[in-house]
Amino acid sequence: MISFEQVGVRYGSAQALAEVSEQVPAGQWLGIIGRNGTGKSTLLRAAARLVGHEGTITIGGQPTARMSRRSLARMVAYVPQLPELPPDMTALDYVLLGRTPHIGYLRTETQGDRDICAGLLDRMDLGPMAGRTLGTLSGGELQRAVLARALAQEAPVLLLDEPTSALDLGRRVAALELVDELRRERSLTVLSVVHDLTLAGQFADRLLLLDDGRVAVAGDPASVLRDEVLARHFGVGLHVLTTPEGERVVVSSRSGVNPGAVKPPVPGR
Amino acid sequence: MKSAARGGAGSPAGQAPGSKAPASAAQASAALARPAGAGPATSPTRTAAGCATTTTRTATTGTRTTTTGTRTTTTGRAARAILVASALLLIALAVGVCVGPAGLSLPDVAGALLTRLPWHPAVTVPAIDTAIVWQIRLPRVVLGALVGAMLAGGGAAYQGVFRNPLADPYLLGVAAGGGLGATIVIVTGGSPALLPPAAFLGAAAAVTLTYLLGAGAGRAPSGGGRGLGSGTGSILLAGVAVAALLTAVQTYLQQEHSQTLQAVYSWILGGLSLATWSDITMILPYVIVAAGILLAHRRLLDVLRIGETEAGSLGVDVARLRLTVVMAATLGTAAAVSVSGLIGFVGIIVPHAVRLTAGASYRIVLPVSMIGGAAFLVLADVLARTVQSPDEVPIGVITALAGAPFFLFILHSRRARQELA
Repeated sequence: MISFEQVGVRYGSAQALAEVSEQVPAGQWLGIIGRNGTGKSTLLRAAARLVGHEGTITIGGQPTARMSRRSLARMVAYVPQLPELPPDMTALDYVLLGRTPHIGYLRTETQGDRDICAGLLDRMDLGPMAGRTLGTLSGGELQRAVLARALAQEAPVLLLDEPTSALDLGRRVAALELVDELRRERSLTVLSVVHDLTLAGQFADRLLLLDDGRVAVAGDPASVLRDEVLARHFGVGLHVLTTPEGERVVVSSRSGVNPGAVKPPVPGR
Repeated sequence: MKSAARGGAGSPAGQAPGSKAPASAAQASAALARPAGAGPATSPTRTAAGCATTTTRTATTGTRTTTTGTRTTTTGRAARAILVASALLLIALAVGVCVGPAGLSLPDVAGALLTRLPWHPAVTVPAIDTAIVWQIRLPRVVLGALVGAMLAGGGAAYQGVFRNPLADPYLLGVAAGGGLGATIVIVTGGSPALLPPAAFLGAAAAVTLTYLLGAGAGRAPSGGGRGLGSGTGSILLAGVAVAALLTAVQTYLQQEHSQTLQAVYSWILGGLSLATWSDITMILPYVIVAAGILLAHRRLLDVLRIGETEAGSLGVDVARLRLTVVMAATLGTAAAVSVSGLIGFVGIIVPHAVRLTAGASYRIVLPVSMIGGAAFLVLADVLARTVQSPDEVPIGVITALAGAPFFLFILHSRRARQELA
């Protein structure tokens, strides 16, 4: 669906991203992981053409560089790390902004646009909040409003820049579950930066580990979430525990001892 | 504004409704402590989430009505606010035409108004009354309305496009450029008829200079092309620098020709006392074009409220939007300034009063600011020519003197505290 070919990004003289090549088939979830400042967000920004890039990014075979900004916005929806949320804007008005790429320049939204957005608010369990202002919504509700706005673009590719960083762990899982459900419902291709490695492994079909702007390791979660890989690219004592069911849980230990090697906690006993 | 928005997004845990927290937390611990299921695709935690969604979704029928009920909120609020502002404007226009030193009674004014209309009833009005109403009061009131609409609309547009609540239509050098143009005409002894075109050209040239310098700096490599709207800050700084430069030149000229100091000063303070129909026909095309362009961009200015990056990701060409809106606002403001001088405060106070009372969407702020700005300036002008009659108080003094307390009152009203919380 979306493919990167030798993609690089420069901020002035600094090379933020270099030689990234990766293909994400339609309906797949690519988790982008790595330390801070290794180009994860830049990769998403390049895909949304919010920064200029070298190399080629194609969506459905079309190079994004040749698309108009509006047609690109109909293909790619982007949710930044800290979305700007005007406190006095109503939830419905906010979600309606997502219809912008479908509304002609200088036109206003139609009843059809309003129906789509009302439906999305209902889907996100925000129906009763449609007329409330964003300043009165809770963190979890805001999170869903932002997702609804992105979905209103009806773009097949969803770019999420650490969509859950401001949420507590429970809400983080719930938010990712919701993204996963929506991905299946609407056959979305998802590219997301996820800082929590355990969650990244649980939700993504494939992980892309960036280090210093380059792809360090890419593959399924089992092949990327390994002690030696994480030690090399995160530089601290991270350990991967594998549950009997095969899921990987990444934990840190200050003693340097792998807690998994000592006595793995067996849940449910 | 920005920090408030960030704060809203950044402190979710504290605001979260208690009822939902336990469910999510339980779900989270279930997912982490007991990660059953082979892979992400078939994990049972997913089913749990699915159930939760289904149960809450049964309430959809109930919530639908709410959604439908609020569907027209912003549009409805805009229509209501436009209606109220229009009524206010009608009252202001009526007061403006009726009040004056000539002491015409209401029937006198009504009769004088009617005599110039087609198919008017047979009324006998002294020619002097007709002249006062049609040649002195009406042009003054209409010009005041046009200038007020343009200053307030321009201010609202500048605030939107620069995402800066302190932006006013003079921000990029309109006032300094217009002032310099007018000063040059006055000190060189040029005909008063040259004042408006000189002020207009000065204002337009100043903003063009600001934009060229500022947008150029924004594209410099140090900006690195990070984001789409890197030019905003440098445009504002360029505006400050250009305004300082032109004001320095203007002050120098003014001091060098002290015999015209009074004339220069009175132009700068602004006023509508010399209003004629020809002033109106001169600025009307600019006002219509500018107001039309600004109103047409009201939805895009709402998109810009979520930031330039996100607006860009929604397909908006932010740089082009900014240029178009700034050009339109500048054209209208320069036209207004050219016939009225530098009337301050309207461009800031009116849009904010509208935001605080009617709503912050530009679908409300732009049209209502224009109508409200017209009403505000007409009423301010009535005060300007009556409080010290037969002398006139500079209208800029009135806009600040009457406007500031009014604005502070709104700011401290219950509504305002809610909106800004």
